[in-house]
Amino acid sequence: MEILIAAVIGILTATGVFLTLRGHTFPVVLGLTLLAYAVNVFLFAMGRLTSGLPAVINPAQGGYTDPLPQALVLTAIVIAFGMTAFLIVLALKARGELGNDHVDGRTDGDLKPRTRRGAEK
Amino acid sequence: MSGMNMLAFLPVITPLLAGVMILLARVGGLNLQRLLSLLSVLLLLFVALDLMQTAVQGVPQVYALGNWVAPFGIVLVLDGLSALMVLVTALLALPALWYAVTTKIDARGAHFHVLFQLQLFGLNGAFMTGDVFNLFVFFEVLLLASYGLLLHGGGAQRTKAGLHYVAINLIGSTLFLFAVGALYGVLGTLNMADMAVKVSQAPAEDVGVIAAAGLLLLLVFGLKAAMFPLYLWLPQAYANTSAPVAALFAIMTKVGLYAIIRVHGLVFGESAGALAHFYAPWVLGLGLITLLLGALGVMAARGLREQVAYLVLASVATLLIGIGLNSVEAMSATLFYLIHSTLIAGGFFLLADLIARGRGDDRFVSMAAMPQAVLLGATFMFAAIAMSGLPPLSGFIGKVLVLMAALDHPAFMLVLAIVLLAGLLMIIALARAGSLLFYNVQSDMPSGEALNKSAYAAVVWLLAAAALMVVFAHPLTQLTDAIAGQWAQAPFYVQTVLSTPAVGGTR
Repeated sequence: MEILIAAVIGILTATGVFLTLRGHTFPVVLGLTLLAYAVNVFLFAMGRLTSGLPAVINPAQGGYTDPLPQALVLTAIVIAFGMTAFLIVLALKARGELGNDHVDGRTDGDLKPRTRRGAEK
Repeated sequence: MSGMNMLAFLPVITPLLAGVMILLARVGGLNLQRLLSLLSVLLLLFVALDLMQTAVQGVPQVYALGNWVAPFGIVLVLDGLSALMVLVTALLALPALWYAVTTKIDARGAHFHVLFQLQLFGLNGAFMTGDVFNLFVFFEVLLLASYGLLLHGGGAQRTKAGLHYVAINLIGSTLFLFAVGALYGVLGTLNMADMAVKVSQAPAEDVGVIAAAGLLLLLVFGLKAAMFPLYLWLPQAYANTSAPVAALFAIMTKVGLYAIIRVHGLVFGESAGALAHFYAPWVLGLGLITLLLGALGVMAARGLREQVAYLVLASVATLLIGIGLNSVEAMSATLFYLIHSTLIAGGFFLLADLIARGRGDDRFVSMAAMPQAVLLGATFMFAAIAMSGLPPLSGFIGKVLVLMAALDHPAFMLVLAIVLLAGLLMIIALARAGSLLFYNVQSDMPSGEALNKSAYAAVVWLLAAAALMVVFAHPLTQLTDAIAGQWAQAPFYVQTVLSTPAVGGTR
């Protein structure tokens, strides 16, 4: 199970980093979402991987799952969800105001600035 | 005892409640919102002064949220460093808010005052918390509010700068969670004081993971503080936002610096064994590079606001150097310079906006002569002297203190050379900016707005710090010495936090 979880976190992070480095806003949003998933699974795994154990201490069960990472993940999910929603709205606003969906407000394949105003970096 | 502890909660809860009240007060109109917002910040200022008086008495005050004691619950800790940061925030927030009200910038979009209060809530929370995960949460609160404030007023340039700012900070948040998760996985705690204990007892095989997580945290705080190579977001974001927001953001970079001083200074302090102060050479080296690049940015800037943004970067770099020098004297000097640079940078952003309004443009091109050019020119000269560290104003004293602390460090030649060279570059650039802004005028162009006298009062409030900090330099250095001494007594802090009992008996 450890190998599987580690591989999942690795693949999610790698995909997230790749997409975040793209030039258009939509892949960037997707990349940041994948990075958030990766970190959520990572946080969860930091409480050690156990199966079939309760999150409260019960002598009859012979062990327990660390409940704190679960609380952290819950907080992280809520924050990441809100941030992603905000970023999508901002990306749409940028699409409307800059006239295209490039992260620097430039047209596809053309690295020259679109307008003189855009030339001021 | 419990009454004193409650005090630590006030700077966090006041802006939160004020923010909610202002949101509800929307039905009463903008003037009611303005009144509530100003009252809240004024209250915060008095609370901060009171906190400072309590904090300098030497014993950190611990407030256990929900009466759950550390390390199991979340605690707010008030010591000299937190109290100083809260006080500087309040001193900066009041004129920034006053400027927004008097220039009616707050009327250009919805919810300016709500976001402003929530920003203060996040800032004060980050300064008071004694828990690493809680620090993350307060970082998110202040970031979310800052996204809204940055975009306030709209415009294509602002949207583009905002998009970059949001994306880079989301990546920073993700890295923060990775670092916190790794630290929890190894140490089994999130309370900073408890972490310091656990790091000192860590077995040798865990040291590598702890060091990696510690450096990852440094990366995150460095991103907030705009440390090389993570500073590229700062100039565009600060230059493109509205003036009061840029002024308030002068404290935002200091949050990152505070987090380095607090978390790394405590967890990786003397007691950390193999990891004691392992971060300091990184901070020093990167600070030196940042300073050089920041000074070059000041030289290359095409507009006054962009130039001030690079000046903020240079002041952050000087503070990083002070932290990297890693001694009690250097910490005291850093704190002195931190008060100076935050207030003066805030004032400079507001002044840049007044100049831009007078000329019609803040770029260094030939424009019409501005109304009240003599007054604004004199103020610009005053701000430039303070910011670049020329005598007789506080920037000079701050820099001298940092350089004096550097003399004990093995790399002092390099530190002295770079700090002085950067200072020279900044003086040249500011002299050039002043002559371009005030002498290079076209008489046939119509001049811009007349000077807004009430808004100018905000600039005077902030820039007066440069003179007052010279007059009261002795008591102020005594204060920063005391705070730095308290910071160096990490074991005492740890013991106080971990031994504070719950109110009404132990649990």
